Formats: sequence, C-alpha cells, structure tokens
Amino acid sequence: MGFKYLKDAVTLKLDTDKCIGCGMCEIVCPHSVFLIKNNIAVLTDRDKCMECGACSMNCPVSAITVRKGVGCAYAVLMGMFKEDGCGGGPSCGGSGCC
Amino acid sequence: MDILGAWKTRWGIGRMTYTINPGLYSVGCPDQYSPVLVTSNYKLTVDKVRKNLSGRNLWVLVLDTKGINVWCAAGKGTFGTEELIARIDQEGLKEKVVHRELILPQLGATGVSAHEIKKRSGFKVEYGPVRAENIPYFLDNGKRLNPSMREVSFPLFDRLVLTPVEIVIAMDLMLRVFGVMAILSALGILPVERADYLGLIGAVITGTFLSPLLLPWIPGRAFSFKGMLTGLIWAVSYILFLYSKGYTGSLQLFSYLLILPSLSAFFSMNFTGSSTYTSLSGVEKEIKTALPIILAALVAGILTRIISLF
Ligand code: SF4
Ligand code: SF4
Repeated sequence: MGFKYLKDAVTLKLDTDKCIGCGMCEIVCPHSVFLIKNNIAVLTDRDKCMECGACSMNCPVSAITVRKGVGCAYAVLMGMFKEDGCGGGPSCGGSGCC
Repeated sequence: MDILGAWKTRWGIGRMTYTINPGLYSVGCPDQYSPVLVTSNYKLTVDKVRKNLSGRNLWVLVLDTKGINVWCAAGKGTFGTEELIARIDQEGLKEKVVHRELILPQLGATGVSAHEIKKRSGFKVEYGPVRAENIPYFLDNGKRLNPSMREVSFPLFDRLVLTPVEIVIAMDLMLRVFGVMAILSALGILPVERADYLGLIGAVITGTFLSPLLLPWIPGRAFSFKGMLTGLIWAVSYILFLYSKGYTGSLQLFSYLLILPSLSAFFSMNFTGSSTYTSLSGVEKEIKTALPIILAALVAGILTRIISLF
C-alpha cells in the first residue's frame, strides 16, 4: 500500500543539470522517489518523500538538496514550547519514533 | 510536560541492556575474501542479522550507535560516516580482508555518505536491503534486489504494535486531566458526570488506536484530519447512545461534538512520529493548520460543557 503524506510540502529539490546518473539516489531512497531514466535521475512522486536525507547524503555531485528532519508532531510541538533549543532541529523520543 | 522525559528514560534504561560491544565479529569462519556487513550495536538488530546469515561465512562490523537501531541512529548521525571510518581503522579491517567493499543496511544511508567513505577509506559502500531477512537474497543475487526490498512499508501489524505506546502516552496526559476534573467535581465547583469521562476515553481510543490501525482506509492525508473523522464517528455514536439513554441536555451533547473529535485529531496527529512516511515539513504544515482549529474547538467545547452544567 503506497502511503502518501501532504501535497507539495517537502523541501526536496533535484538539479538535473548536475546529475551524472550514477543511480545512488534510486538505491537509497526508502520510498522510491527517484528513477533513473535515460541515464538521468527523475522524480517519480515528490509527495512520497519523507525528508530522511539519504539521497542528498549519497549524491556524489550534490545534485539533490533536502532539509533533513524527523516527521514527528511531538518533536515539533516540543520545539515550539521549549525555547532552550538544544540545537539540531526537532528530535523525538515520545512515541514510536526515535 | 515531563511525560516525554519519563518515556525517554524508560526507553533509555531498557536500551542499555540491549547493547552489544562495537567491533568486528565473525559469523561462521570468514577469511580475507568474505563479505563485510555493517550494522548498529542494538542487540536485536545484530541478532536478526546473525539469524539471517546462519550457515554462511562473513564478517559483521558493529558500529557504536549507543544501542540504537540503524534507522534512528543514522538519523542522529551515530550510524554515520565518521564512526564507520574510525571503526574501519580501529579494527584493522584492511588487514583482515583483501577486498575493499562494505555492505550497509539501506536505512543507514541517511547517516552515511558512500562517496565520502570511498574517498577517505578506500572502501566501496554497497547498500543492502531494508530488512535483514532479504540479506541472503542480496548476497546470492549479485547484490541486486527487487524494488520492493528497497521500500519501507507500514503494514497493519507494524501499526498495531506501535499503538500501545501511543495509548500509554495519551492516557498519561488524560489521567492528569481526569484528576483535575475529579477535584473540581469533589469541591462542588463542576459536577462532572461519568458520561464525560467515558466520552473522553473513547476519543483517546479512536485517536491513538483506531486511526493508526485504519490509517490507509480513512480519507484524507493529514493525520489530524483522519483523527477528526474517527473522533466524529465516535462523538455521533456516543451522543446517539446517550440520547437513547435519556440524556436530553442539548448543550452537553453538543459540547461532545466539539471536544471528542478535536481530542482524537490531536492524538492521531502525534502518530506521525511513529509512521514511516511523514516529513518534517509536512508535519510543520499540518500543525500550523490543524492546531489552531483543534484548540479553538476544544476551548469552545469545554466552555459549552461548563455552561450546560448550570
Ligand atoms: S529525502 Fe529520503 S525519502 Fe526523500 S527523496 Fe531523499 S531518500 Fe527519498
Ligand atoms: S545520486 Fe545524484 S548524480 Fe547520482 S543519479 Fe542521483 S541525482 Fe544523479
């Protein structure tokens, strides 16, 4: 079953001019967001991206940018109420997530 | 909000006993040509990897991820480029094997940069399957996988086992609310009824259990919206039930229509953290839209209920 979260919310960007078609993004993405077509990476469905950052970490030519983060409402809410900002964006610990 | 802290500690304490020492382990009788698998030092992960490798000869390089599983550790960076490079040196891996290839779990890719590893250590990183049970397939098929073995799914069973944590966290909060309600009632300030408690418990269950379970079949994409729908169904059923039992206070019944769906929406929204496909940007967007509505409906509902008591 293909789960999909909100429409047009993610920060994922692919610069096809830089892409050398190595296929790494297609391998690491846990939601099959990338496909290599004619030796170049294309986005199948951006809305399936969960911003895990695996693709941008492993693109050898930095053709992919994405703001890496954990999609956890608890963490985001905590970040809103707690101002001490221990750095490094929201991280979780509440429910089943990390 | 020390609920979270308490949970962290509880998890933390449990976690220590589930740690194994980082280092290079052998499965069977590996030699200098045997493949090297990399994993976290979360004991359950190592056990799973070992179980799926029985009868083979391999090296398993266990990184120090503080006993956290690969996915979470990679997100935090402990299953990461630096740790892997340091561990390769420390274990003298270059002397143990003649090849220069490492097999990493795909979910570790979030913390590891394959080309960095190659550049700095000479080892080529191959990403294996998401689930350990597919490692044999990967090894036996020239390090190729079916696309489905590269995908993270979120099946019914996985959602089911995650719900108890959600229920406990939600009830932790609700018991405080119930405490306040009981005190107000005992002091004669607000005559809270049993129907109030039951309605709220029902909303916790729809939000933390029903919504996660029925996730793919509930319309909408936002978790709060899904939770609002299940909560609405509960509210309407409960109101009809109370009505049939002789409750006729329309203000009271109307207040449930506001309170129960918003509570259910809130708890469903918190399931985003347990899900395997929500993004940070998406969650921020959802909270920005849903939270004001939830709070407004909740306040309006509580006020309505208080007015109905007089
Ligand atoms: S951030 Fe993660 S989910 Fe999104 S496209 Fe990259 S690898 Fe896929
Ligand atoms: S990892 Fe980068 S270079 Fe390789 S195919 Fe993907 S976008 Fe292109």
